[in-house]
Amino acid sequence: MKLKPEDIRSIREKSASVSAIRRGEGAAEKKMDLLVCAGTGCVSNHSLKVKSSLIAEIEKHELQNRINVVTTGCNGFCANGPIVVVKPDDIFYQLLTPEDIPQLVEEHFLGGRPVERLMYRPGEGEAPIPKMASIPFFGKQQLIALANRGIVDPERIEEYIALGGYQALVKALTEMSREQVIEEIKTSGLRGRGGAGFPTGKKWEFCKNATVASAEGEAAKYIICNADEGDPGAFMDRSIVESDPYALLEGMLIGAYAIGATHGFIYIRAEYPLALERLTQALEQAREYGLLGEQILGTDFSFDITVSKGAGAFVCGEETSLIASLEGKLPEPRVRPPYPAQSGYMGKPTNINNVETWANVPHIINRGAEWFSSFGTDTSKGTKVFSLVGKVNNTGLVEVPMGITMREIVFEIGGGIPGGKKFKAVQTGGPSGGCIPESLLDTPVDYESLVQAGSIMGSGGMIVMDEDNCMVEVARYFISFTQQESCGKCTPCREGTWHMLNILEDISAGRGQEGDIELLEKMAQHIKETALCGLGNTAPNPVLTTIRYFRDEYEAHIRDKRCPAGVCKALITYSIDPVNCTGCTACAKNCPVACISGERKKTHVIDQDRCIKCGMCYSVCNFDAVRVE
Amino acid sequence: MATISIDGKNLEFEERLTILEAAKALRIKVPSLCHNEHLSPYGGCRICLVEAATRAVPKRSRLVPACSAPAEDGMLITTDSQRVQDSRRFIIELLLSRCPESQIIRDMAAQMGVDPDGRNLDVVGQYLLQRAPSQEATNCILCGLCVRVCQQIPERYALSLKERGIHRKVTPPFEKVAESCIGCGSCAYVCPTKTITIEEV
Repeated sequence: MKLKPEDIRSIREKSASVSAIRRGEGAAEKKMDLLVCAGTGCVSNHSLKVKSSLIAEIEKHELQNRINVVTTGCNGFCANGPIVVVKPDDIFYQLLTPEDIPQLVEEHFLGGRPVERLMYRPGEGEAPIPKMASIPFFGKQQLIALANRGIVDPERIEEYIALGGYQALVKALTEMSREQVIEEIKTSGLRGRGGAGFPTGKKWEFCKNATVASAEGEAAKYIICNADEGDPGAFMDRSIVESDPYALLEGMLIGAYAIGATHGFIYIRAEYPLALERLTQALEQAREYGLLGEQILGTDFSFDITVSKGAGAFVCGEETSLIASLEGKLPEPRVRPPYPAQSGYMGKPTNINNVETWANVPHIINRGAEWFSSFGTDTSKGTKVFSLVGKVNNTGLVEVPMGITMREIVFEIGGGIPGGKKFKAVQTGGPSGGCIPESLLDTPVDYESLVQAGSIMGSGGMIVMDEDNCMVEVARYFISFTQQESCGKCTPCREGTWHMLNILEDISAGRGQEGDIELLEKMAQHIKETALCGLGNTAPNPVLTTIRYFRDEYEAHIRDKRCPAGVCKALITYSIDPVNCTGCTACAKNCPVACISGERKKTHVIDQDRCIKCGMCYSVCNFDAVRVE
Repeated sequence: MATISIDGKNLEFEERLTILEAAKALRIKVPSLCHNEHLSPYGGCRICLVEAATRAVPKRSRLVPACSAPAEDGMLITTDSQRVQDSRRFIIELLLSRCPESQIIRDMAAQMGVDPDGRNLDVVGQYLLQRAPSQEATNCILCGLCVRVCQQIPERYALSLKERGIHRKVTPPFEKVAESCIGCGSCAYVCPTKTITIEEV
């Protein structure tokens, strides 16, 4: 069935009850939707088993007419999955197993008594918080790009339409000129969410106005969605594709109309199988409904999308490399200018935005530039999605208004550091970013402030580190990542990052020399200045920020041959404190090289010559008897 | 008519040209390694970096590779500022650290005031030429000229680049003797460090 604009409205009106329940209204009808999170995190924690057990129990009690089980994309609170949210009441159940389901169905859905045991608690012994909206993790979030996360079934286009989907496309195609669409995006202040923060409207305008020196005339223009998310610890774009693929498609459709593109590409990593599956399904459904292909929604606008799978090269996140890869060439960046807006895919004007940027577009068109720009700071408007990972209690996916402080994200949304440990740093921007120390935790999250702090906004990875993280090791890790992922085309990135890696490895191994810090700093500046593309230009950032804020740790490694965090193997020794050791034998049993000796109930001893410093004894000791120095 | 200024000399131009071509027209020498005027520009070796500002904002400049950056109206180019010299020296030191035996690289280094044996250098140069671990012996600087010439002149695609980062190398497809190779010798001809030799079989 090919939809017309009026069909979008009628589908929405017909399913008004669905959207009411999902938005927490319509409690009087006694109907319930159970939203089972089926993001990658929850699926790997067996949320699909929880779902089948829910369906079985509901059928057993013949509740299926009143209770509907829905699979959604990522809910965001990944640390506590599998998650089920009961709508319209907004009751949040977490860490579910299939064994919990009979009790849940009997007590809550038959008995009307929500099960406190399965609810979120801020701390041990504290009262449970039944409603999702009252949980601090969700409290400070502001959802725009993730507006439908956890409430829409990502495999059913009807649900997306019911929740207001494709209204923005109808509005753009039937009420707005191409120029008006671009003007709206420009006024909204939306900037590229891939990290560099280039104003999106301006980028679209360049591409729209690019003159094509070819026989095909204006027809040959392309748009690309960069879904080649490669930062370690980052999963924002994957989650958007998994939880709301239609929003991405709608954003691309609106962009294609404004720019005048006839074809689009989504370049996505092959190692995102679930995202790929949902994306492919969303594209098929959109084609079936006439939302992709010829004469979309009965208008003159035609556009289609090809999904292209990336083989997992980090450099393909760089736009010119991505285009080379799409063209079937070796993925290498090239010198800009010319920019893709002038000469991109197959030499034609091309506009590239990342997933999150595209996903913001329908909301801006629907609710207006003024509404969008009411969020955020003077120069950074709207919200940003972050994947909050590392040493933080509430690991997950968060969307926050620009201008929020790092402290609010880590300590209020993230719930602080586990195990009473001390916060050390938060790494933003992945291998291109930097580490922000405690003294700068009140830095607002916006493009300019993060650059001032030596980091970058990046695409949204946020790795929290505590006192047990060695900052020299962090720098070494990131530079080893960029060295491995450097395409090898330009001399400074290929050779320079390798030399920096060697110097850092020397420092970690206790072979550091006086002057190595200055050497690293100088080499880093040279590489930033001379490398060809963004990968090389930013690769030294993790080294530079860790030196800037944690110089004392470098000095301890170089001068005192000491790793203060107890991480760098060559610089630490494990020993057993005879006062605390109870002789429980746990360390000896677990030592993989059997280098711990001692009788039961007597003090144990580590043979330093054979110890491989794996830290196993340290982790298994229950009596705080293993010392790291 | 557009105008570009290089080291204070002005060139008026109409057709598209690169900064390197503009410099050549003004008889200003800019060193290059991965460039050949008959092949597509590459911008990989970075030895031809020059400082580019504009007449409108003369104080804000960036480094661009002369071989591939297009000349634009109002550009102010400096080819021998301290910033350019420092950057080029860093590049030649990196290449020298990689290919210490290459006479061409050694000569180029000497011209830039870099002692090929690492004497009288700053902390970076000293590290790169004296302390850095040595790499697999090669004179190949990975400029990609051989690969490009094979693709663009005889169109044989008998050479390609393989692997990432420091492991990158030039090789025939699947590291076997390429069936498509016609023995034309173009690759050996364009190689700036004379690393490729032709053997009679």
